[in-house]
Amino acid sequence: MFFRLTMKKLFALFFAGFLASSVFAQETPDALVQRVTEEVLDIIRHDKEIQNGSTNKVIDLVDKKVLPHFNFQHMTALALGKEWRKASPQQQQQLTAEFKTLLVRTYSNALTSYKNQKIVYKPFKMAPAETDVLVRTEVHQPGNKPVQLDYSLEKLESGWKVYDVVVAGISLVTNYRDQFGQEVRNGGIDGLIASVAAKNKSLEANQKK
Amino acid sequence: MTKSLGLSPMRNGRRWALGGLLALACAGNVLAEENPRDPYEGFNRSMFAVNEAIDKYAAKPVAQVYDNAVPLPVKASVGNFFGNVGDLWIGVNSAMQGKFADAGVDIGRLLINSTVGIFGLFDVASELGLEKHEEDFGQTMAVWGVGSGGYLFWPVIGPRTVRDTAGFGVDSFVDPVWRVRPVSARNSMVVLRFVDVRASLLPADKIVEEAALDKYSYIRDAYLQRRRNQIFDGRPPRLDD
Repeated sequence: MFFRLTMKKLFALFFAGFLASSVFAQETPDALVQRVTEEVLDIIRHDKEIQNGSTNKVIDLVDKKVLPHFNFQHMTALALGKEWRKASPQQQQQLTAEFKTLLVRTYSNALTSYKNQKIVYKPFKMAPAETDVLVRTEVHQPGNKPVQLDYSLEKLESGWKVYDVVVAGISLVTNYRDQFGQEVRNGGIDGLIASVAAKNKSLEANQKK
Repeated sequence: MTKSLGLSPMRNGRRWALGGLLALACAGNVLAEENPRDPYEGFNRSMFAVNEAIDKYAAKPVAQVYDNAVPLPVKASVGNFFGNVGDLWIGVNSAMQGKFADAGVDIGRLLINSTVGIFGLFDVASELGLEKHEEDFGQTMAVWGVGSGGYLFWPVIGPRTVRDTAGFGVDSFVDPVWRVRPVSARNSMVVLRFVDVRASLLPADKIVEEAALDKYSYIRDAYLQRRRNQIFDGRPPRLDD
């Protein structure tokens, strides 16, 4: 069954993708990932509303627990690639805000569907001076091969921040690069911002139905 | 993301795939393309649309019924069973890539799961710490230095590169499930395997729909990233931004 694990499934497993957040800036990056993942999973396991698909409730959870530990500006820059430097500071800010909304909403929804998984934390080593690290974890679930779930973190003044999440080798950030490039070719940076904003609006409208 | 319905005999499928490849080789020259990784984008997008229709009206509804009707332990056993059947060829590919320790694990898994695991219904080997690997002939060719070629999207089969389409042909040729006789039993198994795989993807459908600005590109880029990761066994060299 060589083609068993396919992209969509991997993305489904992504549920833990936003599970990084912290209070202690001094925490090592692997400890940070582990603590936040367990905190969030624990809340989800015990929250019937989230298990029943309450998007707003998960978004709240993600907002409170996870977002403080993500560097969305870096993520957006990574997703856009070299066009980022050509964007004005205002455009950068707008795009970051829209991209953040998109990522948070999509992946918060993913969180609502999962309860049987277990996260395994891979051994982690880093030199004290390192400021850019990869923390590796695995998602285990019955009947399936474990799925790699890795976080790239960078050390900022405010502590360690996640700037990329990689599910089974798929970077959820750089996976947007070609799509963003396509939009920029069609309508410039402003066109891209408008497309992401329109996507966010339609997702919000669907949710209300 | 494989959507291998497997409803037609593989022999015909392969012949058809070869014909398709030839047609593509010609079409590629005609289409002016912007994305060097996706030289057959026009063809691919139309195949993608065909696949979306097949999925919407056949594969997905069946998978949904299966997913709702079958209890989790049974679904896990179905996945384990077909996973076990695949371990032999995975071991052969590990060996062909020079990873003999991995090959030993793969064959050990097969032996343990086929016996203690009751014909592979239970993945006892994983619990003993023998980790399942992901190998196929496309990866083996990549390790041997064969380039990926352009990206292709096939109806039912899903995304592949040119190299991995050829690899998939070889994988299918040696796939024991396709050798099962009588043919009716074989067909049932092929369909069950397909439905099981599709069902396991159901939760992800919504995520892809929501996350993607352009679903076609999103799936293509995810597939290409994922293949690269598989070829390097989970530790691909970092790309510069």
